[in-house]
Amino acid sequence: MSSLKLQKVLKVSGVSVDVAGKRLAHAAELSVGAGEVVSVIGPNGAGKTTLLRAIANDLQPASGVIELGGRDIAGIGARERARQVAVLTQHNSLEFAFTGLEVVSLARGPHSTGAALDLRICREAMEAMDVGHLAGRLYPTLSGGEQQRLQLARVLAQIWRAEDAGGQYRLLLLDEPATSLDIGHQHQLMRAVREFAATGVGVLMTVHDITLAASYSDRLALIKNGHCVAQGEPETVLTDTVVSDVFDTQVLIIPHPESGKPVVLGG
Amino acid sequence: MNLAANRIQRRLWTSIVLATLLATSLVVAIALGSVALPFADVLRALAGGELEGFGGDIVRAIRLPRALLAASVGAVLAVCGAYLQGMFRNPLADPSLIGVTAGASVGASAAIMFGGAMLGVVSLGAFAGGLVAVWLVYRVATGVQGTSVATMLLMGIAVTALAASLTGLMDYFADSANLRRMSLWRMGGLDGATGARALLVLATLAVLLLSMKSTVRGLNTLLLGESQARHLGVDVERLKSHLIVLVALGVGVSVAVAGSIAFVGLVVPHMIRLCVGPDHRMLVPLSALGGASLLLLADTLARTVIAPTELPVGLVTALIGAPFFVFLLVRHRELIR
Repeated sequence: MSSLKLQKVLKVSGVSVDVAGKRLAHAAELSVGAGEVVSVIGPNGAGKTTLLRAIANDLQPASGVIELGGRDIAGIGARERARQVAVLTQHNSLEFAFTGLEVVSLARGPHSTGAALDLRICREAMEAMDVGHLAGRLYPTLSGGEQQRLQLARVLAQIWRAEDAGGQYRLLLLDEPATSLDIGHQHQLMRAVREFAATGVGVLMTVHDITLAASYSDRLALIKNGHCVAQGEPETVLTDTVVSDVFDTQVLIIPHPESGKPVVLGG
Repeated sequence: MNLAANRIQRRLWTSIVLATLLATSLVVAIALGSVALPFADVLRALAGGELEGFGGDIVRAIRLPRALLAASVGAVLAVCGAYLQGMFRNPLADPSLIGVTAGASVGASAAIMFGGAMLGVVSLGAFAGGLVAVWLVYRVATGVQGTSVATMLLMGIAVTALAASLTGLMDYFADSANLRRMSLWRMGGLDGATGARALLVLATLAVLLLSMKSTVRGLNTLLLGESQARHLGVDVERLKSHLIVLVALGVGVSVAVAGSIAFVGLVVPHMIRLCVGPDHRMLVPLSALGGASLLLLADTLARTVIAPTELPVGLVTALIGAPFFVFLLVRHRELIR
């Protein structure tokens, strides 16, 4: 495992992003290793999503380099990239009455692995996200949380097998994956993401709930106003003073009685 | 689980029903008219056999071209509707509602005024007019978050109004020969059917159906959203320009040969989607079958209901389509902001 982690799936060097003339990310430095889960945390409007969108190639950085497995991401063809990088965006509106299975199946578009294998992969990904029972339901009739978990099953299915990535690294980008879920499904989602990472995938996500991020991430990146304030293991990044300062509110951080991971208490 | 299995069954059944419906309506359309022919005679004449009197000539020279024209225009419009709804990610898009038909009409009028009433020239003009209209509506109505229904329909009103004023201006400045040509063309429905016109639309339909190979998978993915489709490796910009050109071609040619026929592109894909779901691999070919049958039946009705006078077929489709559109608006009210 540790040797895997030394290999960098994603390397972000000095990336600045401008949106509508305003600089929303300043010279960001970030890396994600194979099998590693990294979470970006910070207050609303800090630039978490902007950074993720730049890595997902939705926004052009004003400066800096984003490398995927040592190659500049801008130089990788769209289809090849889709076999290596899966992205879950924050908003996923779909007004057409696809069934759950049909939505997940769209993930296999970039691959030419055959219908039988694709179906098996989609079923496995849906089981991993506990949405197997939604296969025959119509997407627009599902609740927000069910839709969210189905969309996550879709992005997992997109990079499910290492051999489909053409010998390259796989990267999973998640923008607020747990926000609309209940506590049971939040933890179930995080466990599924961790298990998925253990197959050699690098995971980078933005997370609102700091405690949740701390208990499932190898490393955290704390962002404020587009600047990276602190980066490292949850225990070192999350201190009373830093978090209180970044979020502009008094917090208390205590270790979890069982796992020892930092728990953030407000007020 | 049931629904997924159900859908496969329903796809099969819908295909069989629609194919039968098209074949039947083709025979009915050819049999009915000022001289009613028995169905057996129609089939014999279509197979090349001789009939008593002028039966064979009526079938082959008059009714067959008209039936083929009606069927292929219906199929082309329905496929264009399915493509537009997929591209706008919105089930309320229709060539006539968002101004494509009006744009094509302006193009056709301009072509007549400056280039004469040759079918090829008029088609090219209508294609160009339609192209400008779709592109314009798409650029204004679609942003990062998807298509705004309100903006899309308002753009349709704006483009249609602009088109009407441009047409009026051309009428005003045209000399009397051109004015006559333009107004004759504008009145024209399917009654100007000739073998050549039917062939032109059939060829267009062939182009649209052959293009499916490169569009339908991408369209399915595009329904998830533009950036989502990009993340799944779809070349979204290319797909969209591809679709815009195809829709402009289909609507342009159908406007050039048959004038504006509203609502076929709205009603048909919707009905098909209710039966087989939104997967474009089934939706597009089945819409072609459904659109062909619908316009054939509408045209047969228009020809026979107050014979010997003919109703314009556009009246009949609007009579079916407009209430359907209102029904959709009510059903999707929460989506329209």
